[in-house]
Amino acid sequence: MTPPAPSFWLPAAGAASASRFDSGWALALWVCAFLLLLIVGTMIFFVARRPRGAAPEPREGRLGLASAAFSLAVVAGLFGVGFRGFVDERVAPAGALPIAVTAERYQWTFAYPNGATSVGELRVPVGRAVQLNLTSSDVHHRFHLPALRLAREVLPQATTSLWFQPDQPGEMGFACAEYCGAGYSQMRGKVVAMPEKDFNDWLETNGQDPNATPAQKGERLAAKFACNTCHSTDGSAKAGPTWKAMFGHEVELTDGTRVLVDEAYLKESVIDPNARVVKGFAPVMPAFKGVVTAPQLEALIEYMKSLR
Amino acid sequence: MSETSSPATQAGAPDYLAARRGVASWLLTLDHKRVALMYLASVLVAFALGVTLAQLVRLKLLVPGPALMDPDTFARLFTVHGVVMVFVFVLPAIPAALGNFLVPLMVGARGLAFPRLNLAALYLYWTGALLLVTSMARGGADAGWTLSPPYALVSETPVLYTAVGAAVLALSSALTGVNFLVTLHRRRAPGVGWYRLPLLLWALYGTSLVQVVATPAVAVALVLLAADRSRGLGMFDPRAGGDPKVFQQLFWFWAHPAVYLMVLPAMGVVSELIAVHAQRRISGYKLVAFSSLAIALFGLAAGGQHVAVDVQGPRAAAVSSLISLLAAAPFGVLIVHWLSTLRRGAIRLNAPMLYAVGFVAIFAVGGLSGLFLSMLSLAGHLSGTVFSTAHLHYLVVGGTLMAFTGGLLHWWPKISGRLYPERLAQAAWAVTFLGFNAAFFAQFVAGSRGLTRRTFAYDEGFQFLQAFSTVGAWLLAIGLLMTLAVFVQSLRTGAAAPANPWGGASLEWQTSSPPPADNFAPGPVVARGPYDFAPAPAPAASPDATPAAAAV
Repeated sequence: MTPPAPSFWLPAAGAASASRFDSGWALALWVCAFLLLLIVGTMIFFVARRPRGAAPEPREGRLGLASAAFSLAVVAGLFGVGFRGFVDERVAPAGALPIAVTAERYQWTFAYPNGATSVGELRVPVGRAVQLNLTSSDVHHRFHLPALRLAREVLPQATTSLWFQPDQPGEMGFACAEYCGAGYSQMRGKVVAMPEKDFNDWLETNGQDPNATPAQKGERLAAKFACNTCHSTDGSAKAGPTWKAMFGHEVELTDGTRVLVDEAYLKESVIDPNARVVKGFAPVMPAFKGVVTAPQLEALIEYMKSLR
Repeated sequence: MSETSSPATQAGAPDYLAARRGVASWLLTLDHKRVALMYLASVLVAFALGVTLAQLVRLKLLVPGPALMDPDTFARLFTVHGVVMVFVFVLPAIPAALGNFLVPLMVGARGLAFPRLNLAALYLYWTGALLLVTSMARGGADAGWTLSPPYALVSETPVLYTAVGAAVLALSSALTGVNFLVTLHRRRAPGVGWYRLPLLLWALYGTSLVQVVATPAVAVALVLLAADRSRGLGMFDPRAGGDPKVFQQLFWFWAHPAVYLMVLPAMGVVSELIAVHAQRRISGYKLVAFSSLAIALFGLAAGGQHVAVDVQGPRAAAVSSLISLLAAAPFGVLIVHWLSTLRRGAIRLNAPMLYAVGFVAIFAVGGLSGLFLSMLSLAGHLSGTVFSTAHLHYLVVGGTLMAFTGGLLHWWPKISGRLYPERLAQAAWAVTFLGFNAAFFAQFVAGSRGLTRRTFAYDEGFQFLQAFSTVGAWLLAIGLLMTLAVFVQSLRTGAAAPANPWGGASLEWQTSSPPPADNFAPGPVVARGPYDFAPAPAPAASPDATPAAAAV
């Protein structure tokens, strides 16, 4: 089954399941376009063909009730189409792969049943249903995946869920669609659909290459944890300090004191980032305590050190 | 036309503007017309502020990446824009600025039932507006005009002032609602039966009902939010065992009918504009009157549609969806009857009629776009996008603004005693209409393509549509400035207006332009209904020919 083709109104679809939305959309669009043309066209016609001189009495007949009945019929039809599609998308098939999704300002963390995790990038196998179980660590968020026309509110202390089945390899962007603070428009990521075998390989190693140097592992971890959302590696200004030529230098903190950027400071900045914040930056970095393991932290520090 | 010079102008009684002078005579007035003018001046200031904030937001959105301001400022700008527009401009505009002026005149009364309550409502309005100005001076809230927890609880912006200000403004509107309801029930002149009321009054009746019933819900929600923030009460804070969903249910119990409150008075105005400028009674009067009430009642029942599907559960969501779709029926009735009235009517295509026609077109788009958002299978993808933004702006800006401007022009001779420059007004309409559609239709397309709302940074692929929308907004701003020029020019050089320049048949046209302080001197003659228009005279017989009358 091929996904529906992109149209003037809708983005490229990532799976055939998008056609459920797209056909409902097309129906609503045709109905509304027809009604709009009817209303506006009639009005223009009446205005253009207005008589000069005395106006005859308007004839009413059953016009009002007929129009009410017609509106109700149209509306009932659209509701029915909308409801059926709604029910279909809510019930995941048995055997769907469950993935726990945690939204926290401003990143998305994904956890797989075998303990593998990723940040910002949701890897899924082609041809298999995936069920996302979403929760928030702080405020309301909204997970929006336009390529599949799917969205779910993500609430604190509650779990909502959403399922889909990718049917071809590729990437689909997702974003937060519920205003949650200054980093809201950066709270994005992508779904990466991979052939099942590649996905299983990734899942086992959690994306690690056993032959990589610590700095190389650190680089991959930095990508996995999406550090570059706020920290550039080339010196450009972002929400957080750049990593380029950072290690081994002194920086001024928000309280006016100076500190040497050594391994200890860097580790603290990952685990408890808002303890000592560099001057000129806001304390908005999420804490990675419990998310990053000790070996991962070592690798990340090695990578940061390598960026002279 | 015998109504063009009424006894009042001949008696030489001073009009309500000249009757008493001095600041105190305005600030302590019991004259509903003066209160209306003070509301009018206030809402126009609020509108200018709201437009300015919107222009700043749209300016940033010309480019996809960071520019002009930081994301935090951006959020404050769009939040304050929404709060000011909704609470300080749109909600009071037609009921308080036009309604206060017209309700007693249209029922043949000397004033509202409770003149002091009216003044109190005005002062509450100013108090609420002042609280909002204070919150702006402290940086402005950033939680969106809907101020939803949990974000509204953790935001480090002055949500408290905004919440309390909004609650006070809502309360003010409830007092006006009470005043209108009692006036309509108890102050109608002899001979003015319910079915002899202009349809604007039926619309204001429905509006007032909703204001009185629903306002307590939002006041409670906002006061509790304020208590959560200032005292840590914990009603809506999940960390304290509270539930943010409760806020949504309370807030939207008021806020959904509130959006109908923004549109229902507008539809009442449109009925008047079409009737008078096509010189025909509105077809299906009773059905239209009861549809106005039905819209108000549907509004009260349909609040749930705004509570996110996943917050309220699928069954409740389905019920909300169904109710909001059913509300299409009374709207359909209104549109059909307006069209039937226009059919073979002696339409004069002057500025008020252009605004009425513009309203129908834009309202049709806005209402129909609501159908998409009410379909459960489509709502998820669309509602977090600018498709929602376009939908609400079509209804509120396109709808209410069109009707408010058209109504202001239509009753301007009565209110000010001056005629306005017709050609300029028509040109202003055209630019406004074009600019508005350019600005907001692009957002339907961007939304269905996936552009999230309230977003500071966006994917480059959306830049064309964003820029298109911004340029449209500039055009709209030019149109609004032209509209302002119409009124300024009228005040400076406008010709004196006769009592009834348009040939209206409702009672406000039986008194001078502007009216005396006690409205009718002597009382109105209620010999016929509000839409029993006199047949058009031969042009030579009418000494008070105005540009509009001459077109008949």
